[in-house]
Amino acid sequence: MTRWLRALTLGGVLGWAGLAPAWAQAPMPANRVASATPATPATTANASRPREAVPLAEDPVLEARLIEIAQELRCMVCQNESLASSHAELAEDLRREVRELMKEGKTNDEVRDFLVERYGDFVLYRPGVKPLTWVLWFGPFLLLLLALTVLARLLRARRQASPPPALTEAQRERAQSLLKD
Amino acid sequence: MKKFLIPLALFLGLVVFLAIGLQRDPREIPSPLVGKPAPDFKLVQLDRDDPLSPKDLRGKVWLLNVWATWCVSCREEHPVLVAFAPRMQVPIVGLNYKEIQPQDEAAKLPPAVKLQVARERSQAWLKKHGNPYTTSVMDMDGRTGIAYGVYGVPETYVIDAEGIIRYKRVGVVTPQVMNETILPLIEKLRPKT
Repeated sequence: MTRWLRALTLGGVLGWAGLAPAWAQAPMPANRVASATPATPATTANASRPREAVPLAEDPVLEARLIEIAQELRCMVCQNESLASSHAELAEDLRREVRELMKEGKTNDEVRDFLVERYGDFVLYRPGVKPLTWVLWFGPFLLLLLALTVLARLLRARRQASPPPALTEAQRERAQSLLKD
Repeated sequence: MKKFLIPLALFLGLVVFLAIGLQRDPREIPSPLVGKPAPDFKLVQLDRDDPLSPKDLRGKVWLLNVWATWCVSCREEHPVLVAFAPRMQVPIVGLNYKEIQPQDEAAKLPPAVKLQVARERSQAWLKKHGNPYTTSVMDMDGRTGIAYGVYGVPETYVIDAEGIIRYKRVGVVTPQVMNETILPLIEKLRPKT
């Protein structure tokens, strides 16, 4: 029982360690949409057809930065989409705005602040750690701690519970005879 | 017996939280601009070429209402503004937000012609639905909208005599919002003479 549990845990940890880096490097959907170079070389038939969301790749470095920032920002119109992947008009306007801010030489933090000043912390998918967001950041760990405490208590209670009473001789004989059949 | 009550209590707690969550409007996000100076702009007006700026309204409490003829919810809100405008006795400035949408035929026209089309459309719309605005300014490229953190037209701002934003409403202003929030706030902010 404990052995396979341990094996399972170990397997999970190793699997996670193996997968996580690949995961982090895997392109996000938005990246694919807006990536300047298509993953597969475009055939002639493909080339004549307008590809979806052709990026304004005047400056690939700037576009890459734009996508990097925009993936962490929420589109206020379709709230579960990032600013990078949203097709909402406001998202397009904001990408234009961010592009211009970056051309002016603003740092990523300054760009983020520009949007937070207007739309609030809600635009950040990864809001800063401050008293207002403590519950958000530490709440899950608190719950986990609580769950673990409850689990530990339950297990201890079960272990301390008195073992089942031993069988009487008559019962044992009956069991034996039942098993023989 | 008591043991069975624990999951039930947890479940009921969850139900209460979910019920509260359902009652809330995810679009209503507290604006960080409340309590801050109204962002500056300098935009041509609907009926005149001379630009209007928030500075011109210093010393007055005023309303900024973001609208457009393509905005469906604005049609729901508009009669409320028309009805309450005389009673409020404050300037209501309309911010005509991106009247010509990118998918619009007119979007390809040169800027001057585009502005003309936008003006004609807006004027016709106001003639049809009534005009509660002291004046409207034309935010053709949506830049001023971004400065004010507009993300869902219609939006309404109450700005005080010092040019500080005191209130922001995203979405339709209902008679209830007018009576319970906006009118009392205007009375409170109105400079005492």
